[in-house]
Amino acid sequence: MIDWLLVRDIASWALILIGSAGVGAGALGLVRFPDFYTRLHAAGVTDTAGAELIIFGMMLQAPSWVIVAKLGFIAVFLGLTSPVATHAIAHAAWMVGFRPMLGADLHYGEDGE
Amino acid sequence: MGRFIILVVALAAVWLALSGYFDKPLLLGFGAASVLFAAFLAHRAKVLDSEGVPLGVFPGILGYMAWLTFEIGKANLIVARQALAVEPKLSPRLFLVPNPPRSTLGKVIFANSITLTPGTVSIDLREGEVLVHGLTDELCDEAGIKAMGARVAKIERGQA
Repeated sequence: MIDWLLVRDIASWALILIGSAGVGAGALGLVRFPDFYTRLHAAGVTDTAGAELIIFGMMLQAPSWVIVAKLGFIAVFLGLTSPVATHAIAHAAWMVGFRPMLGADLHYGEDGE
Repeated sequence: MGRFIILVVALAAVWLALSGYFDKPLLLGFGAASVLFAAFLAHRAKVLDSEGVPLGVFPGILGYMAWLTFEIGKANLIVARQALAVEPKLSPRLFLVPNPPRSTLGKVIFANSITLTPGTVSIDLREGEVLVHGLTDELCDEAGIKAMGARVAKIERGQA
């Protein structure tokens, strides 16, 4: 006989721990990557793997379906809005003439393209 | 009129899912009234079009979201590995990919998908093209991103 409550707990803990690791990796990358644009990518890990996996883990812990639905809405809207914010920041930096480091040697390009 | 009915059904579903009331007539009545009022306002504001109530992208968008989740998972592993590596091996690159969707909604879905995938960020939208910044050569998968664009264009035309 499988104890489904135990399975649920293990699965939700695994998701929350992996999500936390994603948030940690994103934060580390944010500090360690060399320039503005590469740091955006590290923040992307926190946005997607980190936040979504923690929410999925919380869904498994939810006491009722209403909570699951609410967490589902949070997950969907986070997925829809976080890339918009990232694009807005990247586009603003690009429009004011801030150019990324390019290539394996991380040099600044002549005009960035 | 079709879009109005769909919007009412969708709003009612959201109201029920968020409130969780199924057996309180007074509250259900208030809910129905607010749903109808919101739909009426949307009609009056003339936003009941292919962007306000994007029926065209269903049901293709659901399969696309599942596929995208899988892609995001793969890209996450690559970026997280670089973030945790002792010596991160980055080779950032800028490149242009075609933006095949015709409607504004399709273009937004495509550019958002690029940004949502860790390791690639859409920086600039141009006439029929997107400027993308990629983190490593492995992540600058131009063929893969083109395939993603083709997928979005297919959904937009209602063929997926």
